[in-house]
Amino acid sequence: MRPASMLHVRLPLAIFSSSPERNSPVREAVPFVTEQTTRLVLPSHIEAVADAAAAATGFVQSCGLGEEIAFGIDMAVREAVTNAIVHGNQEDEAKKVEVTFNCLEHALEIEVKDQGEGFDPAAVPDPTDPANILKTSGRGIFLMRTFMDEVDWLARPEGGTKVRLVKKF
Amino acid sequence: MAELNIRERQAGDITVLDMDGRITIGEGSVALRSAIRRLLEEGKKNILLNLAGVGYIDSSGIGELVSSYTAINKEGGQLKLLSLTEKLRDLLTITKLLTVFDAYDAEADALSNFK
Repeated sequence: MRPASMLHVRLPLAIFSSSPERNSPVREAVPFVTEQTTRLVLPSHIEAVADAAAAATGFVQSCGLGEEIAFGIDMAVREAVTNAIVHGNQEDEAKKVEVTFNCLEHALEIEVKDQGEGFDPAAVPDPTDPANILKTSGRGIFLMRTFMDEVDWLARPEGGTKVRLVKKF
Repeated sequence: MAELNIRERQAGDITVLDMDGRITIGEGSVALRSAIRRLLEEGKKNILLNLAGVGYIDSSGIGELVSSYTAINKEGGQLKLLSLTEKLRDLLTITKLLTVFDAYDAEADALSNFK
């Protein structure tokens, strides 16, 4: 198992942040890391998905969880961050995606916040319905629900959407 | 190292793509899309994707497999899958795409089932 201190060493490599007056991503931020919480601020471009997933894997290991849970969390985080970047922020690099990992006593809780216009998850059709089976998109939410115990969406008062993912253990 | 490495070989009129890496949003999905598009432009319509080296795929990668399948069918060709890893098989099962794709464990079986 990766010791918790490794998380502190490697996470800054996975963190992106931009100062508000600049549009290009800058690898400059130091994450807020405590014993149980890590927060990432990501630019709205696709390459940031892998950084979020790498941070998720490190955090899962620091919480002492196994490979099977790690796979599902990696998948759910990738899908949530992809949605936030592509559908939420529309890949507008002036907008940020914030990811928070909380290791609770019997659960891992992840929040992904975007600055988009919001959306209705109920409006996304069931991708396993025969009518939708050959669609090339629309499986992200389904996979998030498959691998996590709880998935919910909240409209943020300040604008944007917050997705909350919970995996119990 | 590239996210997804693709090596091409011929088995009669069937093109086998040996894939190694991850098919995820961005580079991996684009690499698969480019490879399929190029083969169709070259008139190679019978394609076997050897996924033995692909341990991870996300919804974008799954979408790219579906897109490949429909593009090849539209050209009158066939797409088949070979050597799914356990994780990939699980994902294609829960998304019900194993009811769409022809998947094989043995290359000889896959090749003999192209029409």
